[in-house]
Amino acid sequence: MTIEEAGVVYKTTTEIRGPILFIENIKDVAYDEVVRITTPTGYEISGSVLDVSKDYAMVQVFGETSGMDLNVSVRFTGETLRIPVSDELIGRVFSGSLAPLDGLPRPLSTDQRDVNGGTINPAARDVPSEFIQTGLSAIDGMNSLVRGQKLPIFSESGLPHNQVAAQIARQATIPGKEEEFALVFAAMGIKNEEAEFFKEEFEKTGAISKSVMILNLADDPPIERIVTPRIAQTIAEYLAFDLDMHVLTIMTDMTNYAEALRSISIAREEIPTRKGYPGYLYSDLATIYERAGRIKGKKGSVTLMPILSMPGGDITHPVPDLTGYITEGQLILQRELALRGIYPPMNVLPSLSRLMKDGIGEKTTRKDHSDVSNQLYMAYAEGTRARGLVRIVGVVGLSERERTWLEFADQFEQKFVNQGVYENRTIEQTLDIAWDLLAMLPEEDLIRVREAYIKEFHPKYRRAG
Amino acid sequence: MSLKGSIDRINGSLVVAKFEAEPKIGDLVEIGSLRLMGEIVRLSEDKAYIQCYEATSSLKPGEPVLDSGKPLVAELGPGVMGTIVDGIERSESKLWELTGPFVSRGTNIVPLDRTKKWAFEPKVMVGGKVRGGDIIGVVQETESFQHRVLVPPELEGTITSIEKGDFTVEDVVGTVETRTGSIGLRMMQTWPVRRPRPVKERLPLMMPLMTGQRVIDTFFPVAKGGAACIPGGFGTGKTVMLQQVSKWADADIIILIGCGERGNEMADVVAHFPEISDPRSGRLLIERTIIVANVSNMPVSAREASIYMGITLGEYYRDMGYDVAVMADSTSRWAEALRDMSGRLEEIPAESGYPAYLADRIAEIYERAGRVVTLGSDQRIGSLTLLGAVSPPGGDFSEPVTTHTLRFVGTFWALDSELAFRRHFPAINWLRSFTRYMTVASKWWSKYERNWEQIRAKALELLEEAAEIEETARIIGEKAMPDEQRLILLLAELLREGFLVQSAFHEVDRYCEAEKQAALLKVIIDFYNLAEPIIRQGIPIEKIRELGIVSELMRLKERKGLQPIDAARIEMRKQISQLAETYEVKVR
Ligand SMILES: Nc1ncnc2c1ncn2[C@@H]1O[C@H](COP(=O)(O)OP(=O)(O)OP(=O)(O)O)[C@@H](O)[C@H]1O
Ligand SMILES: [Mg+2]
Repeated sequence: MTIEEAGVVYKTTTEIRGPILFIENIKDVAYDEVVRITTPTGYEISGSVLDVSKDYAMVQVFGETSGMDLNVSVRFTGETLRIPVSDELIGRVFSGSLAPLDGLPRPLSTDQRDVNGGTINPAARDVPSEFIQTGLSAIDGMNSLVRGQKLPIFSESGLPHNQVAAQIARQATIPGKEEEFALVFAAMGIKNEEAEFFKEEFEKTGAISKSVMILNLADDPPIERIVTPRIAQTIAEYLAFDLDMHVLTIMTDMTNYAEALRSISIAREEIPTRKGYPGYLYSDLATIYERAGRIKGKKGSVTLMPILSMPGGDITHPVPDLTGYITEGQLILQRELALRGIYPPMNVLPSLSRLMKDGIGEKTTRKDHSDVSNQLYMAYAEGTRARGLVRIVGVVGLSERERTWLEFADQFEQKFVNQGVYENRTIEQTLDIAWDLLAMLPEEDLIRVREAYIKEFHPKYRRAG
Repeated sequence: MSLKGSIDRINGSLVVAKFEAEPKIGDLVEIGSLRLMGEIVRLSEDKAYIQCYEATSSLKPGEPVLDSGKPLVAELGPGVMGTIVDGIERSESKLWELTGPFVSRGTNIVPLDRTKKWAFEPKVMVGGKVRGGDIIGVVQETESFQHRVLVPPELEGTITSIEKGDFTVEDVVGTVETRTGSIGLRMMQTWPVRRPRPVKERLPLMMPLMTGQRVIDTFFPVAKGGAACIPGGFGTGKTVMLQQVSKWADADIIILIGCGERGNEMADVVAHFPEISDPRSGRLLIERTIIVANVSNMPVSAREASIYMGITLGEYYRDMGYDVAVMADSTSRWAEALRDMSGRLEEIPAESGYPAYLADRIAEIYERAGRVVTLGSDQRIGSLTLLGAVSPPGGDFSEPVTTHTLRFVGTFWALDSELAFRRHFPAINWLRSFTRYMTVASKWWSKYERNWEQIRAKALELLEEAAEIEETARIIGEKAMPDEQRLILLLAELLREGFLVQSAFHEVDRYCEAEKQAALLKVIIDFYNLAEPIIRQGIPIEKIRELGIVSELMRLKERKGLQPIDAARIEMRKQISQLAETYEVKVR
């Protein structure tokens, strides 16, 4: 961060409570202003003002406060948190607060952007509608992603969400266009080996030359995570709306971000809501997620894929719950599928892409796409219901019809959802696999598909010519 | 008249200020050198607590605060219809023009355009007596929408002049001699958003709001002037349902309040409404719609105000004698804004951190729905129907916003994740939902179908029975169940697939007219009435299921008009008779 050496220095800290400092006898301090804190041993970290009145300020520290004492000097910089933006950020690797990690110099630019960004005026938003082919059937066929969408992956520890995200980053294309995505990658509290995985992955594919990595790892200061996703989105917005690039932002793990927010809230003694998270968690997450999108008259776009772990696999946990209320759908990875060897272990039933309807159809994918997807959902739901029955009454207890559903569900997981880490299916391939599966069902049960499309795409009629 | 003060403290959206004299609660203030807008929400000792409608970054203690002495008002008059405004009624298209695609702070534009001229057509004559609510003239606000210019509520007197021609909203288009002097009438008036607009009389509800959505109109209707609550976890279809109602409901005016939800959903409405026309009037939907968009990453305090803004706009059009439907998506975000402010004010929290007055505030909001005789001498009738989405944490309906809202509404559409997972949309759970407007609806429906009430009751009864049978089937398997019960399961499937499921994106089925709803339901119940006796006489359920008519019954909804339904009825009798013949049993 390039906050000049100006500003008034105070040594009047009266209390340190967790990540929060209380400073007295101050003058002319602004809300949300950035502060620089220096310990007597010369260690320097930044923070920002959370609450200010005429003579005292409360400051959140984006670093470790343990070991600090009241003798720290606090410099109020007179600026809100800004970062320099330029095309020189591309290809670089930074810490969670934008310190270089790649041995290259600090980024410089006269163009400084507030990390909190602005709110895109709803009237200026363009409706995202360009279909992105990820090459993964479970996504393209049933939860299609479009440019400018925010679509998170809900996962659990030990599941291959990183592989899935990397595969999406690797394979994402707009059919018929050769434009590639620029990648902004933000890590919050993930293990070093996970960050290394992405770095190697981006190097292997050459994506590194059009990516920006912002890394706050597990052993980095937790409170720094408050700014990491904001820095990432500020860069993404710049690349998209100033440099006309199509950006894919991957953020992982948003649950660690929310925990950092919670620890500040607890230190401020705010009234907690569920599981100790503050009541404003929804609005706070929205200020990060809603920065994705498209703007009328601008070429670029920000597509956002946050990854978060559901503690205990619980989708009603506040972080996945509130995320789902903000994002335009969710992709859900499930341990049970992973144990059965399905990759990607995506449970399509609770997964959803709300913007799919605008991205698919005759003009972009195929006219039967929407119906096929709906039919797969219904049939798979019936199949999983039958699977539940089997546990109680055994296969013999099932009716003929239920047995067909059951068989369908198994095949659907094996042939449609399941695919290779390097298998890149076109949308036509995906839909054809879908039809081969639907052909297992009696034709009169394909109630969600228009009759005309059955006649046109059902293998039975296609074989007949 | 405007009171000066200075900032004492800033804590997020809360700004504490000291004034030279005591200001009033509810006063609008300008904060700091950026002139941010805010509202005084509490006074305590010598301090005023202000909720700021805009982000407070970089404000400093000591900066000036200016009290306007006036509360937050809605500007009412021609120019809002068909536009998108924020929670404090600023045109978002205009803000975009002025400040670019990102919302900037301190851009204080007035809601109604002061320069645009409107063709004012007088409806009163000099010498005529008028009082609050009377129509003094009309303005063609959009191609198809006629704006009625009303005498402000508290005025009464004799018209001493009246104009005809092109005027701005601030121009005097007439004068009225009142007991206290002569007053100029303008096309624009203002009204404090937190205060309900007065009416002459509240009326009993008489008509259902027809939405073209089968599960709503047939099973859980809402009355014009009534209120409905739509709770559901994320992705269960609240927004799509409110959009469907906005598109197809037989209301004159639609106010869509995006309260702390997604920017893209607002953009979707802005992009698509101008392409669709109302199936009854042929008017473009956008011409009867106002969008109040305060999205999730805008400051929460303006989000709190947005609901009141939307309802006040709704009341104004109601007062012209129109049927207005106001959709609030989502009231949970409004309640969270309330909670946020309450927390910053260090009030004692009640359930889940919400302030103790949450229930009162919810009640006040839903109280503003109703069917009324408006002010004015012509006994005009208008209505305001209020539909509120609720986003319960974890999809659990036992939380405060859902439970309190339930007490004040007449219709409850319980959205169900399980249904949404299998793409059964609208995901309204027919066992958990209810309506208190059945008497109103039955009377209305009887004109389409004499036995409507019985048919509907039978359908619900079968669905309920099917739910119980399924419980047992889950333990012993469907195969082991008696055929009579399996027929009920089949019928429930027909009702689900052939009636309840209705895709918002199907070119025919997205809107289903009342006649077709009644005919569809009847033919499905008739099928049961035909099949049930022959099943009792021993024909196996598999044989019934194999009939070609079964899948036809599920597809009738996507065929245009009533003719296919009549054809299906004939075909149904034929197939069942044939089946009965083969087994030599009697048909009814
Ligand atoms: N009537 C419908 N027909 C077809 N699809 C529907 C219908 N209703 C909902 N859906 C599907 O469900 C998705 C989610 O619906 P919607 O956005 O309305 O959910 P929501 O309850 O508003 O969620 P949130 O609380 O997160 O805003 C839609 O994007 C659409 O794909
Ligand atoms: Mg919604």
